[in-house]
Amino acid sequence: MAGIQATIRSRLGDFSLDVTLDIPASGITALFGHSGSGKTAILRSIAGLESFEGDMFVGDEPWQQGKTILPVHRRPLGYVFQESSLFPHLSVQENLLFGYKRTPEQSRLLGLEQVSEWLGLEQLLLRRTQRLSGGERQRVAIGRALLTSPKLLLMDEPLSALDEQSKREIMPYLERLHDYLPIPVIYVSHSLTEVARLADHMVWLNGGRVVDSGSVQSMLTRMELAISHGDEAAAVLDTVVAGEDEQYHLTALDCRFGRLWVKRMEKSLGDSVRVRIPARDVSLSLEEETQSSILNIWRAEVVEIAAAGAGQMLIKLCCPERKGDQPLLARITCKSHDRLGVRIGTQLYARIKSVGLLE
Amino acid sequence: MEFDWQPVWLTLKLATATTFVLLFVGTPIAWWLSQTRCRLKYVVGAVVAMPLVLPPTVLGFYLLVFLGPNGPGGQLTHALGIGTLPFTFTGLVVASVLYSLPFVVQPLQNAFEALGSRSLEVAATLRASPLDRFFHVVVPLARPGFLTAMVLGFAHTVGEFGVVLMIGGNIPGETKVLSVAIYDHVETLQYEQAHLLSAGMIGFAFVVLLLLYLLNGRLHRSEL
Repeated sequence: MAGIQATIRSRLGDFSLDVTLDIPASGITALFGHSGSGKTAILRSIAGLESFEGDMFVGDEPWQQGKTILPVHRRPLGYVFQESSLFPHLSVQENLLFGYKRTPEQSRLLGLEQVSEWLGLEQLLLRRTQRLSGGERQRVAIGRALLTSPKLLLMDEPLSALDEQSKREIMPYLERLHDYLPIPVIYVSHSLTEVARLADHMVWLNGGRVVDSGSVQSMLTRMELAISHGDEAAAVLDTVVAGEDEQYHLTALDCRFGRLWVKRMEKSLGDSVRVRIPARDVSLSLEEETQSSILNIWRAEVVEIAAAGAGQMLIKLCCPERKGDQPLLARITCKSHDRLGVRIGTQLYARIKSVGLLE
Repeated sequence: MEFDWQPVWLTLKLATATTFVLLFVGTPIAWWLSQTRCRLKYVVGAVVAMPLVLPPTVLGFYLLVFLGPNGPGGQLTHALGIGTLPFTFTGLVVASVLYSLPFVVQPLQNAFEALGSRSLEVAATLRASPLDRFFHVVVPLARPGFLTAMVLGFAHTVGEFGVVLMIGGNIPGETKVLSVAIYDHVETLQYEQAHLLSAGMIGFAFVVLLLLYLLNGRLHRSEL
């Protein structure tokens, strides 16, 4: 499939939207931005819930071409709204089957049993929707959308209405989404942490325009984005399980920069693991100090430097041998910056104080 | 004393027929009013609500003129082979539909508006066509609204007098409904008969409204 191509122009009061999107045919693409940046408007436009000027192709199918517009109910999409919006007059099972029954038999790829087992809904099927917790409701909404066997899944901040515990409960399901339906997912979010955890691609929006788009790894380490997100600023690295140390209960992960030791995890050799390394947890030194409690020390080269608020600097680092698209961010004080004499091209050592495991 | 059941049956027949027609006429109007952003909506809304304000005699008078043998409506019905409608049961139904229209349209419109657009959007993303959405999402969710509309439409038709008198007259078995019968009894000083019918009407009105409130209360509770 050829992904999603769209040009969307619309106006709502004094808000105007003018974007050109090219969304990959696989993986999760995050539409990221502050509220009012137009991310939900774009999602609604893609679904056909909002009218706009322009064209849109999903795969090879035109969903909108000039004046020819495919009605919402003919679009093979799944939509998960911010609040679960289950039908109050139907039971959980009837909600799940609402779209399934309306999907032509030959296009059905998933069944009720499969989906309810995956999302842990078996015990809830006969319940009324009013008796469900927030997390349960959102799981039903996700299952309901998946049961239409969509070719494109749209999610509008599906976690934002949930408390922390429900978020943690749903996250693993979203992460495994790929494995169940290999379809593109467009995910609206204003949380960098969520994006870092889930997304493969990212479209950064501001004021109804696209600021930039690309892989999550490269977008999250863009200086303007990282600076404006303070403590949330972090790099995401793709790693592969390379071995383990049973004595010390550690697992070794390999990435561009080298080896990364983390707390032992239930993974087998060769599994891919995504890690998130917050900028504030990376410190820099000119010498490789081996006498330290910090396990993970990598050689790195400075590629970008920017001021990041009062007395702080943000440094973007790359592996000196392989300047790929997976940089690392370090936030240090201006004083350290001056003392180390950090310049673009300086080679130094990055010491990783903590690592967040994402998968 | 012999109790004359004929006006009672005739009234029930008229109210049933009117409610039935009103559901078909009022639902699309109420749906359109609840969904459209067209400015014409306010004009249509005002026209539908007019029977609430006008004396029934005004409505009855113009219907009589309009549907009479020389009126445009009358000539149309005549050309269609239906004959002239004033002083017939069909004429009464037509008048009652107009007269009770706001009592059906307004609760339905309120119920539709209260649904919001979210449920409909959800249904659309779940492959439901517009008609499918209406019958499988709107109708079940607006059930209390439909119930209120039907009960009010029915009860209001039972209670009408002025319009019936203007366009229906007082023909036993054809247009002589309860309210007219009561008026008739009073005119001819048959107070006992008038009492029976009037007290019956009071009881009827109370029971109907009580049932409506009870049912709506229960429907709302079961949603929670």
